[in-house]
Amino acid sequence: MQGLVAVFRKELQDQLSSYRFVILFALIAMVSFITSYMAAVHMRENLESLTATRFPFLMLFSTPGVMFSMVQFVAFFGPLIGLVSGFDAINRERAQGTLIKVISQPVYRDAVINGKFLAGVTTIAIMFTAILLVISGFGLSLVGVVPGVEEILRLFIYLVISIFYIAFWLGLSILFSILFKSIATSALASVALWIFLSFFVSLGAEVAANTVVPIDRKNETPPEAVLQHARIQEAVSLCSPMVLYSNATATIIDPMRKTTRSIILMGPMEELLSTRFQNPLALGQSLLVVFPHMIALIAITVICFAISYAVFMLQEVRT
Amino acid sequence: MEIGMIIETTELSKRYGHQTAVKDLSLRIKEGEIFGFLGPNGAGKTTTLLMLLGLTQPSGGSATVCGLDPVRMAREVKRHVGYLPENVGFYGDMDAVQSLEYVAALNGIGNKGAREKIDDLLDLVGLKGDARKKTGAFSRGMKQRLGIAEVLMKDPTVLFLDEPTLGLDPEGAIQMIGLIQSLNQSRNITVLLSSHNLSQVQRISHRVGIMIAGSLIAEGSIDALAEASFGVGEKEYSLEEVYLKYFQEV
Repeated sequence: MQGLVAVFRKELQDQLSSYRFVILFALIAMVSFITSYMAAVHMRENLESLTATRFPFLMLFSTPGVMFSMVQFVAFFGPLIGLVSGFDAINRERAQGTLIKVISQPVYRDAVINGKFLAGVTTIAIMFTAILLVISGFGLSLVGVVPGVEEILRLFIYLVISIFYIAFWLGLSILFSILFKSIATSALASVALWIFLSFFVSLGAEVAANTVVPIDRKNETPPEAVLQHARIQEAVSLCSPMVLYSNATATIIDPMRKTTRSIILMGPMEELLSTRFQNPLALGQSLLVVFPHMIALIAITVICFAISYAVFMLQEVRT
Repeated sequence: MEIGMIIETTELSKRYGHQTAVKDLSLRIKEGEIFGFLGPNGAGKTTTLLMLLGLTQPSGGSATVCGLDPVRMAREVKRHVGYLPENVGFYGDMDAVQSLEYVAALNGIGNKGAREKIDDLLDLVGLKGDARKKTGAFSRGMKQRLGIAEVLMKDPTVLFLDEPTLGLDPEGAIQMIGLIQSLNQSRNITVLLSSHNLSQVQRISHRVGIMIAGSLIAEGSIDALAEASFGVGEKEYSLEEVYLKYFQEV
């Protein structure tokens, strides 16, 4: 335990005092401020329609400004925080000869990787909590709407999901830092996988769906084929952590969203719910809707870290 | 464990795939002695040190360090053994004190105890004046001395020093060798010294072991090895001559 605490404290200190943290924090804070400000301006301009909604405060996070909402921004660029925090976690230590020094002290070897991962997650949590609190305060002064208990709870759940989402990317970048000796290679591999999983999986989903169930747009396609096509596309899309995260957080932050599925894939109950009942979902129900997505996100984060852990522990120590 | 022996290995082996790094190494090192571990690059010296520290698993054989099995009780072994690797690394943004504080924390030494110890150790290795200098700005010699201070932080019983004088200027190397010798004499620390600098090893070692291609081909005092290889005579042989003789024979 002493080794874990020592490594954790040192890593946390390094992370929080590093230029990369300051730059990332400044970038994310700046973009978050801008998107929230745009959202707040939009809300002020449409005050009348706002009286109809029960959760105006959450709109600060879900309303797109000029380009995107804060939730969308985190879905796209949040992974960068995780990747930047971990891409050189192990190989830098190895290259500068400090890894052997640390593990030759009376500590368990896993203290190094556990300490680094925990410090990274703590940094992410601190960064996100700070941004969320500052934006909430900023929004309070701009919009003048006090958040209710449910809104605060929803924001808290959003925060937890976001931390897991970014922790997945952190775990992935730590894995690459173990697998690749070169820091540049691990950085490149991390970014390449981020681009692939975030941007190309949806393209791949379309290709996969078209391959299995081709849709002829000129002629009429049977409804069953369209349905199957959509099912395949959605199933493949869910391989992307970004899709999992976007679906989960969009439903949590917007209580009016009653499903994560597209219109054609809705079941009879979901269809009934969205057409007959115009009230927002209760928090418990929203959680039930996104539960599989949340579990999947947590699972891939744990699996990713477990692989990093196993690879690190099995690697031969060489000086 | 034989009485008085602090390190014992029995047919210790290490293979990386088809390549044998260490082959059936049987070695005994007495408490309080300086043992020179010699051999060309790739002979298996560092691999042996890593196995004795419990940092890498042996493929065969057994070992005890301070009466502990490094495979099963690696953490306890590391409590007693200080290891200075060939290329000792430091966090360049830390100063000497912070670097030692981190090592103290890894060893479970509290802040108060660590502070007193750090002052003493920096004084011992002659770095008191550079205590607040970033290690990134340290010369090779200063880094080696700080490395020694770090390994002494845990009050070790045994020191594994892998090429401690590598890259040092002659004066720095002499100081380092003097420091190792004084640690051995004043604190009764057993030293396993791996080095290519044979004259320095000869100056301070009680016994030496010559390792070539993973096998320990000779072990004993320099005089005994000279006698074994050149026969009894009046001439005194240097360690370099003895080493080359064994090397040529292999």
